[in-house]
Amino acid sequence: MSKTLNRRDFIKTSSATTVGVATIASGITLTTFAANTSDNPVTSEKRWGMLIDTNKLTEANIDGMVSACQQENGWGSEVHSTGDQKPTWVKKLKVQDKATGKITSLPLMCQHCEEPPCVDVCPTNASMKREDGIVLVDKHLCIGCRYCMMACPYDARSFVHEELTDQREHMPRGKGTVESCTLCVHKVDNNETPACVASVNSDAVIFGDLYDANSNINQTLKKVQSAQIRADLDLNTGVRYSGI
Amino acid sequence: MNIRYEETQGRSLGFYALISGLGILILAALGAVYYMEHHGHYVTGMSNRIVWGIPHVFALFLIVAASGALNVASIASVFHKKMYKPLSRLSGLVALALLAGGLMVLVLDLGRPDRLIIAMTEYNFKSIFAWNIILYNGFFVIVAVYLWMMFERRMNKFSSKAGLVAFSWRLILTTGTGSIFGFLVARQAYDAVIMAPMFIIMSFAFGLAFFILILMASYKWTERPLGDAVVDRLGNLLGVFVAAVMYFVVVKHLGSLYLAENAGVENFILFDGGVYTQLFWYGQIILGSLIPMALIYHPALKSNRSTLGLASLLVLIGGVIQLYIIIIGGQAYPLEMFPGKEILEGYGGIATYTPSLPETILGVGGIAVALIAITFLVKILPFLPESLANEVADPHHKG
Repeated sequence: MSKTLNRRDFIKTSSATTVGVATIASGITLTTFAANTSDNPVTSEKRWGMLIDTNKLTEANIDGMVSACQQENGWGSEVHSTGDQKPTWVKKLKVQDKATGKITSLPLMCQHCEEPPCVDVCPTNASMKREDGIVLVDKHLCIGCRYCMMACPYDARSFVHEELTDQREHMPRGKGTVESCTLCVHKVDNNETPACVASVNSDAVIFGDLYDANSNINQTLKKVQSAQIRADLDLNTGVRYSGI
Repeated sequence: MNIRYEETQGRSLGFYALISGLGILILAALGAVYYMEHHGHYVTGMSNRIVWGIPHVFALFLIVAASGALNVASIASVFHKKMYKPLSRLSGLVALALLAGGLMVLVLDLGRPDRLIIAMTEYNFKSIFAWNIILYNGFFVIVAVYLWMMFERRMNKFSSKAGLVAFSWRLILTTGTGSIFGFLVARQAYDAVIMAPMFIIMSFAFGLAFFILILMASYKWTERPLGDAVVDRLGNLLGVFVAAVMYFVVVKHLGSLYLAENAGVENFILFDGGVYTQLFWYGQIILGSLIPMALIYHPALKSNRSTLGLASLLVLIGGVIQLYIIIIGGQAYPLEMFPGKEILEGYGGIATYTPSLPETILGVGGIAVALIAITFLVKILPFLPESLANEVADPHHKG
């Protein structure tokens, strides 16, 4: 090549390279959360959701859901974290109505809001919502600022306070980043149900596509009374409850 | 009269003692960061309930004070008060130094400070944190240009325009800092737009208190004349700012009490929150506001440098306490998740927090970084007028 590289050529070449590298690099990042079948891309035609009927759910069911989540996603065996430092992707709550005294137990996890405050506040786009409504943290982008934890109305997120060992292959976690319920995205993308839902052997917890008129969750929600926690915030949660 | 600026000599024993003391604090802070990052945040008092601890208290305190420290320059360039003009260079320097100290603490308390580059390259424009990154970086650039225009004789004529830009920018910046809390819809302790103007007025008070202390100390230690005209004026202004902060605090709490949803957290802070209630009344209100105002306005203490210094120091301590109550107290009280219901198990109750030594050292390290930067830069560049005696600063002053 006899021609010397002039400035314009240099800029052309280098920008093409940059775009190329950026494309590949973003591809690598995305693979973590991409739907695994290429013919089934994640679209906004679906909206994954969960309906939890607290009248049908026993306390043992809820404990089972918590351990199923721990087992599936590998949290809960941290050795150094104490008290509130321990990660909690899902927890059992017991609430009492101030007027009637009625006590209800329920599992509480990320509510997979349509308008998630955690996504709004995240400075680096690490907190994100997939097209199908699943709210996730991209562990590659999270800088550990914990602003999402301040913004979440459901206390649903945990910060990893220590070095982790023995992680699940499908669920990478990392010291200094924030994590929460992923709705078992790795299972959902394989047409399976989330671990907590599978652990309850009844229709007390229904998982499915809220938009699909033929789905069990859609039809049940049309029939029964249901509620969203902090519905006043108008976040349109994907997790719904009946019986509270 | 022309003002002559001169570098400090910086050869005295006191200078080296000051640098060494601050250097030790900075080294300790870096050691603390290494310790916390190596082990993870479990070695701190922070948790998933108190996600922002004492480092955020110091970081936001310094960032808020930084924008306020620039006010002295703004009074000269935007509001054309001649007496403040000789103070403008120092005002810009203190602003930059405090911001640098605050940002250092903020960044080093991240879960992944090594990923700072991501924060600089990936922006979510809906995030107030992302805006703040732009606002902080912009502040450095704008104030640096402003300082250059003040230093460079040929550029002097533009300095008042640059001052206006810097003043506007700093108002937006503190609005951004206050809005970190003001826009948190989920939290009863924060969700109030008054946070933004309250942070601005807090910045006026904290920034000026820092400025007064640094001004008086540097003139005393370099044995340069500093007249009562300047000091009395700054002191009076500090008193006004402290009163204004109290006004905003009253309005914020009254407005918040009016909402039934917020009654719980307001009662917690104001009446039955244990350490937070005590910090509020004894720390923020009495120690940090009423006593400084008495020290400033009591006729017997007029032009008394020691009591003004003490008042400024108390304003700063009160400021740290105020941010502690806002940040820690606001998180300690549980989220109102089920209106009309009481949570018996699984969540709720007051979250406990005890600041660990390393995180406190990191916070104090931020102040040390700011002070060491100022100490060095006044030695390298002519920031300080060689005299601020009454006849220099204000020819019409009647002593």
